Amino acid sequence: MNGSQHESLLYLDGVSVSFDGFKALNNLSLVMEPGEMRAIIGPNGAGKTTMMDVVTGKTRPDEGDIYFKGDIDLTSHDEASIAELGIGRKFQKPTVFENHTVRGNLELALAGGHGVFDTLFYRRNEADETRIGEIVETIRLGARENELAANLSHGQKQWLEIGMLLAQEPQLLLVDEPAAGMTDAETEETARLLKEIARTRSVMVVEHDMTFVRDLDVKVTVLHEGSVLAEGSLDHVSSDPRVVEVYLGR
Amino acid sequence: MISAWLFHRMQRPVMVAIAVLVALAVLVPVLHLALPQSSALHVPTYIVALTGKYLTYALLALALDLVWGFCGILSLGHGAFFSLGGYAMGMYLMRQIGSRGVYGDPILPDFMVFLNYQELPWFWYGFNHFWLAAIMIVLVPGLLAFIFGWFAFRSRVTGVYLSIITQALTYALMLAFFRNNMGFGGNNGLTDFKEILGFDIQSDATRSALFAASALALAGGLLISSAIVGSKFGKVLVAVRDSESRVRFLGYRVEHVKLFVFVVSACMAGIAGALYVPQVGIINPGEFAPANSIEVVIWTAVGGRGTLVGPIIGALLVNGTKSYFTAALPDLWLFVLGGLFIFVTVFMPKGIVGTLSDMRGNWFARKTAGGGEPVPDKTIQPAAAE
Repeated sequence: MNGSQHESLLYLDGVSVSFDGFKALNNLSLVMEPGEMRAIIGPNGAGKTTMMDVVTGKTRPDEGDIYFKGDIDLTSHDEASIAELGIGRKFQKPTVFENHTVRGNLELALAGGHGVFDTLFYRRNEADETRIGEIVETIRLGARENELAANLSHGQKQWLEIGMLLAQEPQLLLVDEPAAGMTDAETEETARLLKEIARTRSVMVVEHDMTFVRDLDVKVTVLHEGSVLAEGSLDHVSSDPRVVEVYLGR
Repeated sequence: MISAWLFHRMQRPVMVAIAVLVALAVLVPVLHLALPQSSALHVPTYIVALTGKYLTYALLALALDLVWGFCGILSLGHGAFFSLGGYAMGMYLMRQIGSRGVYGDPILPDFMVFLNYQELPWFWYGFNHFWLAAIMIVLVPGLLAFIFGWFAFRSRVTGVYLSIITQALTYALMLAFFRNNMGFGGNNGLTDFKEILGFDIQSDATRSALFAASALALAGGLLISSAIVGSKFGKVLVAVRDSESRVRFLGYRVEHVKLFVFVVSACMAGIAGALYVPQVGIINPGEFAPANSIEVVIWTAVGGRGTLVGPIIGALLVNGTKSYFTAALPDLWLFVLGGLFIFVTVFMPKGIVGTLSDMRGNWFARKTAGGGEPVPDKTIQPAAAE
């Protein structure tokens, strides 16, 4: 087990979390390799969001180990320092800063210089402006870059948030239901965007939408009652009778 | 370097307000001192004293707006920082009385003689020096804000809970300062001041100077606030107000962001209090009363939180109205104040300045509707009330 821990990007071993006696995560173990893209599926209450919470430091696990890049113990860091270590997170509900422009949102998300005095005396520079410009093009919001994020459509907000994750330059991206509430065209576009991102970094996607997961065409982990039920290709897991029973069959 | 930082990306209304304040700082003393009383343009003494006091209130409202309007921290205890600055100034003014007090003791202020103090308490040492008082005016409120904020923000106390403990903070200080053996004059507070920096505190020239100092302090506060709000840090502030946890996941230490702005705001409130005390001639524990801090919230809301000029206009307007009503129709004032707050909350949630700039934005949008680019709404909208 230790060998794989050192080579892994994200390593969860025997992680348990309970809220008032309810076991949200139950002895969950999961390993992600560097550069891997992984889809996490599972019925409501399977622990998908809680898993993201423990990885990003929002929730502390009751027991178990979580390591990033082999030997960084994530359980001893808080949200801000985990973000600085290189783990980005996209929420289920698009959370962009509505009172800032598209460019303003991206500027805030740029990696580095997050201290009080760094930001107080920050001066715009060529490198940052270029980087923001590139991201704006990638997320296809070039025409609306100076508009307030509040005026964007739901799908555009989702993309902006993905753009903010790109600006953070994380090594691992956790993406929670990126296709929720999107039109088919937007969903397709989102899958394209995520695949593009996955070329250079690792991505973990939690999703309900099966066609979306099929579009991604990656290894799938099925969670159920806080632990891993099955793992493999989508075809492999969907032929597993236990998976069919708890999830797909319903 | 510093001036470039202070002035870059300053908004037009802020520039105008600073220019007006600087002009007032020159003009009002001149009109007060140089013109004979018979002149139509002569500014009478009571107006100088009254408006000077309003300007210190405006600085307090601006300080509150920095934490509430921009960072979403609704402090219901900003009067505490104001009063602490006021007490520091009051202590200096007490020591300036010297042997001219009723009991004629060269060292001990009257209330200490009355309460049988044998010697000056240690925390009064050095307050005969203006420079020490000036440091304490900023340091004491800043330090209290730092300690309070360090614990509150680290434990992630937010929203209503934070508002309640700020209220408790000012209430606790009020009770403490009411006690005679605290050494701050008990319920009578500090008063009967004679001189400031060697000048007669009642004289017209001193009053004019205090007015000018208040106007310039407010202009300075506005300058610093606008630089903070206009920087990338200002963007982080608004982001914290609108979505605190998202900011954390971007890698910002929200508790440091809040702590910084809270301390800056407390220092500004302290300076406001220090300028207030010599103009009204007294500081007593009543200034710590929770109701005072809540009134500051009303001024800010009326003027428009999340705008820099709004709280200043709000403070001047509400206090001007208060002065009129408490003289003309004293029984009605509290009803007017309450009604005003309800009216603004229901019909003008962005306050006077926010509503005006919205109207201006709409007017622009209509004017350019014939094919031009829509003008983005530049005003920063206040967060939903917490």
